[in-house]
Amino acid sequence: MTAARTPKPAANPVRTARTANPARTAKAPRRTRPDTAGADTSHDRDLLRAMLLIRRFEERCVELYSAAKIRGFVHLYIGEEAVAVGVSEALTPDDAVVSTYREHGHALARGIPAEAVMAEMYGKATGCSHGRGGSMHLFDAGHRFYGGNAIVGGGLPLAAGLALADRMRGEPRVTCCFFGDGALAEGEFHETANLAALWGLPLLLACENNLYAMGTALPREHAQTDLAMRAASYGMAAWAVDGMDVHAVERAARQAVEGIRAGSGPHFLELRTYRFRAHSMYDPDRYRDKAEIEQWKERDPIATLTERMRARSEWDDKALATIERLVAEEIDQAVEASEKAPTEPAEDLLRFVTSRSAEVN
Amino acid sequence: MGNGPAGEAKTTYREALREALREALDADERVFLMGEDVGRYGGCFGVSLGLLEEFGPKRIRDTPLSESAFVGAGIGAAMAGLRPIVEIMTVNFSLLALDQILNNAATVLHMSGGQFPVPLVIRMTTGAGRQLAAQHSHSLEGWYAHIPGIRVLAPATIEDARHMLAPALADPDPVLIFEHGTLYSASGDLDPAAGPVDLDTASVRRPGTDISLITYGGCLPKAMAAADTLAADGISAEVVDLRTLRPLDDATITGSVARTHRAVVVDEAWRSGSLAAEVSSRITEQVFYELDAPVERVCSAEVPIPYARQLEEAALPQAVDIVKAAHRAVD
Repeated sequence: MTAARTPKPAANPVRTARTANPARTAKAPRRTRPDTAGADTSHDRDLLRAMLLIRRFEERCVELYSAAKIRGFVHLYIGEEAVAVGVSEALTPDDAVVSTYREHGHALARGIPAEAVMAEMYGKATGCSHGRGGSMHLFDAGHRFYGGNAIVGGGLPLAAGLALADRMRGEPRVTCCFFGDGALAEGEFHETANLAALWGLPLLLACENNLYAMGTALPREHAQTDLAMRAASYGMAAWAVDGMDVHAVERAARQAVEGIRAGSGPHFLELRTYRFRAHSMYDPDRYRDKAEIEQWKERDPIATLTERMRARSEWDDKALATIERLVAEEIDQAVEASEKAPTEPAEDLLRFVTSRSAEVN
Repeated sequence: MGNGPAGEAKTTYREALREALREALDADERVFLMGEDVGRYGGCFGVSLGLLEEFGPKRIRDTPLSESAFVGAGIGAAMAGLRPIVEIMTVNFSLLALDQILNNAATVLHMSGGQFPVPLVIRMTTGAGRQLAAQHSHSLEGWYAHIPGIRVLAPATIEDARHMLAPALADPDPVLIFEHGTLYSASGDLDPAAGPVDLDTASVRRPGTDISLITYGGCLPKAMAAADTLAADGISAEVVDLRTLRPLDDATITGSVARTHRAVVVDEAWRSGSLAAEVSSRITEQVFYELDAPVERVCSAEVPIPYARQLEEAALPQAVDIVKAAHRAVD
């Protein structure tokens, strides 16, 4: 077993490269949110609630999986919540998101109702993919959420196409593609990075480096483990970020999205994070030291934020309990609705295979 | 482009494809073409020659040699509402984009519960017959015809080369168009009356009464030549051009066999697990009692396509093989 290196938190984002792309004209984004990362209690409350929703949602998923209410592959995001929440804060509803098979966090942070996500886990008709996708293939057109892709790296070319469409139409939108450290060993990453940089596409490459490609530790799968440096070699802005600190993630994502909207082409963020749970429900997690996991849990992004908030006088346990209660209610409702929701009839099996078959029913 | 004797325009398959592209680009500003060397080079086979000058680099986009990335980008752009036409230089290189075609283009509509159609057209050259050896001579359209969620076309005539693109672009789902490499320079008269092809139908290219020669793409001229020979032998062969490989037009196939009671399926792909096997199977499933003889198949020999001329010719279906198979069925 090879111990993974401990990522160095990047307090000050340092660009390892800058694109030489000429400035491009782009319309002003339709909506922007104020940058209040780390300075505003109500904003922090939103961040905390978003991260807690993901955490508690997935903890409930584990229970439901044990009770055989949900099946298939379920890949938990627990430990990585700061990444989805911080990056999502930098995006507007007009932007697009392409995700991976570890996508509950991305979907919830994007604002897809917990009920629609849970119903999809149940395989119900009210699920956000009508029960065709399950945990790994959550889709929501209304939230411009272009799905979880269960082929490592498979979402990257598709995301470049979404960005290309915006670029061709002069839309000031950004496409954010999440993927893991494992994807950097796939050709799709390199093809897409080159194409996106060559064409100056408005693409945010959000690399969730959780140090393991399933069970293979970063140094055992990459000759060069500085992922940001490799991305930078394609001529795009790229830097590493402490992915356990939601404020750091939000700041970096805002900076990257600003650069993309300003027309400086794709940006790459290496978001250094860690999953606290096994790869999937089938994974006995034999390849990691328990001590390593415990060490990373000390940097729990939710605890980190609450401690930071507590240090300010406006925050106390009562406020935390209120958020916990609201989150629990939301999840209870999602489970209750999913239990009651209708199933997709087997007669509709061939629905959605082609657009014409979709029209039949 | 000269004028034929009956006021018909003499043209080539290549020019017909180009004219179809030009018409599509003119008709809809969402349409754009991208692929390797489609712009400055004019297309590896000269199909898009001149289109860059006419439509500009935004809509005629040269791509890096990144089949997975630019096919995937076509999928994403289509999901975002554009109408991309992606050219993959040849079917052989499409293997580098197979994940995007199968796991995304063909699957996303279903996986998303109908939320994201992928109105994408992918064109590529297919087939052997030009002494290009094993890695440049595949006929894998039958593989693609295996996949639910995509439509697979094989224009074999100048009319289909000219008139399949518009309905393909109008299809809300992914359409793969296979252009056989030996057909590009085929010249003839474009029927001025020809219009958009009904993509759900096969076409009877030559009516006959004694046997059905069922084929598509690069084998169509061979089947037509075989029908000529058979006519001289006193056998009236009907030639059915599948032209849409998925979904197959069962009615035209079985209707022809019900009339002739005999069938030879001609397919340049390897025999095992081939589209020819699928067609043959549908005939036996649907019109078994109409058959007066077992269904014959003429396919490529099960060998990587060799370079040397005589070896390549021996590997591929030839008119003489079709004639022999027809005689086996009739005699």
